[in-house]
Amino acid sequence: MSDVYEALQKIVGEDYVSNRAEERYFYGRDPGLMPPHEPDYVVMPKTTEEVQEIIKLANREKVPVTPKGGGLALTGLVIPLKGGIVMDMKRMDRILEVNEKARYVVVEAGVTHGALKSYLQKHHPHLRHSIPDSPPIATIVANAVIHGQGRLSQQHGFNSDMVSGLEVVLPTGELCRIGSCSVSSYWFSKGAPLPDLSGLFLGWFGTTGIITKLGMKLYPCKKIRDVMLFLTDKADLVPEVIRKLAHTEMVEDIVVTAQPLPLRFKGNFYILLYITGDSEEEIEFKKKMAWEALMVYFESRDGGFVSVTPNMKPPLLAMPSKDTARFADVSKGGGFEYSGPIAPIDKYPAYLEKLEELASKYKLFYSSAARVIDGGHSMMFSFSYTFNRANPDEMKRAKVALDEAAEFALEEDGVIWKPNINEQQMVMERMDQNTLVLMRKIKQLLDPNGIMNPGNWEVK
Amino acid sequence: MQQKDYASQIHRCFRCDYCKFPTDYSSFNCPSYRRFRFDSYSTGGRLWLIYAWLKGEIEWSEHFAEILYTCTTCKNCTEQCPMKFAPDIVDWIVGARSDMVEKGKIPPRVARFFEAVYGYGNPFKQLRSDRAAWANGTKKYASGDEYLLYIGCLGSYDENGQKMARSLVDILNTSGVSFGILGEEEECCGNEIYMLGETGLFQNLVEKNSQKFKELGVRKIVTLSPHAYNTMKNNYPAFGGSFELCHYTQLLNDLIKKNKIKPSRAKAKVTYQDPCFLGRYNNIYDEPRQILQSIPGIELVEMERNRRDAFCCGGGSGNFVTDLLAGSTDSPARVRAREAYETGAATLAVACPSCLTMLTDAVKAEDLDDKLAVKDISQILKELLSAK
Repeated sequence: MSDVYEALQKIVGEDYVSNRAEERYFYGRDPGLMPPHEPDYVVMPKTTEEVQEIIKLANREKVPVTPKGGGLALTGLVIPLKGGIVMDMKRMDRILEVNEKARYVVVEAGVTHGALKSYLQKHHPHLRHSIPDSPPIATIVANAVIHGQGRLSQQHGFNSDMVSGLEVVLPTGELCRIGSCSVSSYWFSKGAPLPDLSGLFLGWFGTTGIITKLGMKLYPCKKIRDVMLFLTDKADLVPEVIRKLAHTEMVEDIVVTAQPLPLRFKGNFYILLYITGDSEEEIEFKKKMAWEALMVYFESRDGGFVSVTPNMKPPLLAMPSKDTARFADVSKGGGFEYSGPIAPIDKYPAYLEKLEELASKYKLFYSSAARVIDGGHSMMFSFSYTFNRANPDEMKRAKVALDEAAEFALEEDGVIWKPNINEQQMVMERMDQNTLVLMRKIKQLLDPNGIMNPGNWEVK
Repeated sequence: MQQKDYASQIHRCFRCDYCKFPTDYSSFNCPSYRRFRFDSYSTGGRLWLIYAWLKGEIEWSEHFAEILYTCTTCKNCTEQCPMKFAPDIVDWIVGARSDMVEKGKIPPRVARFFEAVYGYGNPFKQLRSDRAAWANGTKKYASGDEYLLYIGCLGSYDENGQKMARSLVDILNTSGVSFGILGEEEECCGNEIYMLGETGLFQNLVEKNSQKFKELGVRKIVTLSPHAYNTMKNNYPAFGGSFELCHYTQLLNDLIKKNKIKPSRAKAKVTYQDPCFLGRYNNIYDEPRQILQSIPGIELVEMERNRRDAFCCGGGSGNFVTDLLAGSTDSPARVRAREAYETGAATLAVACPSCLTMLTDAVKAEDLDDKLAVKDISQILKELLSAK
């Protein structure tokens, strides 16, 4: 194995490879609850060519490779279950192109959402991308690979739906372009009108190749952005509220939050509506449409709009929201994890009931944020529980609660988002058998030596 | 001070990585992460590794110690961390360093730093008798003087720091302020010793300095270095040393406003490096800028990262001597020198002897020394007073 280390040093330079205990410790775990497993090496390539050389080496030596971006999935997707190489992509940090008229950006694999947000604000202020609620270190590529969602997902679907092209290093080292960029110098489409091969890589958690460049669609950045807050204490009404709001096609983002503390939050459901516009008139019109859509609940006294004070607005409008990370410190324990099934919006009441039931059963603090996706076609519902990293018993209880939440979500027709390896098996147990065969064939074809993030999406 | 509590609190870091960024997320603002790029060198990495060490999940190693000591304690993490414990992060790191010091497990360069201060009263192993070699007859502090001018180790022994000290003394003499220095009797302020975790030696230095100041009847202290300003203002009172403190930029700004000094016209584009121990530690951002803006003809242009988002020169926590972040184009001072050059400024103004020496070296390493002059604000001002 020392030969591998030396070979990696030759590829990336000695400063950017480590087999030391400290890096192996840190890169062997994520902030969630999956058990750690250390890599043998951590390597940080700077170029596509270096990625190719590393992959060729790994394929030749049959060394596992786990690509890593921000490492914030929380479900252990970047834990190298079989050791080998963790490839930290964050040195590949160039924003290569912004096409203003076709409205897309091409980035290298390590570009963070924070960096892209900042870059667009400075250089292309009328354009924006779908920023997830995860901290700004989340990379564009890794977020797309796990089918992340963001602030534009209500309107435009999963962030992976907004991908407009890929450059991929295949597990055997070949470089491949996917989408319009495979035949044109423009990165405007990941598939149409060609066969859409992006599905060979998106959602596969790096098990079929390493994305080195990615095109991402950009959208208008309106001059004004505002937030409204609709409150109801009836979980059963939430799906219909969402449906009515989505029907208006006036709302950029819809998020439903629920948590037991502070006490004023308990038993209430806060539906956040984000409105954008280029003028006050546009904003007012959209707000009026939202008001009218939900007026029936005001009249029946089942809910109503709550005044959003100036002090409340900045944290609600912040992108990304620091409050998401703060949840980890609610019980001063440094940890939280969530199971986030993607499900039809009418499952909201059942999921909410289960969230509270599990919290009570396992004595955990909970919260939930449900984001509406793609005009209400689905939602991501988070079963979020905090835990104290210094309290092994609480960590165990949180893990069991999350496992039960995932099981329940599947029983209730949801599909687990960014599932951990156990949840992947649960999903595949329910999957159509021919779909499984197809997945296995694809994996064997692309990664004959099984070196890419082994353990994940392994069809047994 | 949360040092003692660090072991019971350090698990609270979620490693969300906000600590790596400036406010606008445009780049990486943690000096050691920017330099090394392994997540282990970020604040989150450091806190997780310390916790692992406390739990016995990793053994002490020289590499682990280096990871801990490459933190410049610049406080960017404190500014950016979204958690309630954010104000305590540096204390946690200092606390872990203290434990390492007690166990004798520190990087050799840090050990040499301590040995030098312990044996010579400065980290450069220079003779105490040479401490005032720069001073050229500057008057020693005497009862009745309004200010004690505290020079510090860099100002006393470092070539760049000495130039800075001489400039400041000349300006103060011109302005008619009554002041004096301690000369050979001056001790290390201890800021770096504190940050590096040698609490025993730090306490010893505080006591010596405080006693000396009291004996001399000192009431007001003006410091050359933001590092000295910081520790005397924020750490000394806990040990009974309480004096009226100001950094020299605050005093000079005041003198300019009172028309005691009046710089002549200059024609230059200048950018300014916020020292961490002036800015993020003590919220002093305006006075240095006001001095520069008071000079007729000077155009002050800001670097992309400034004020609370300023990128550290890499010299904090004794790194101006231990140099644990050197050896790369990604060394913080070199990154910062390039950023300063990109503003189009001809002069990079600093207000700290550590920044002065780190950035002067960096500008040379970047081969920018004929395009970008690194000068302390006192040097800039002194040149313009001389030209009057």
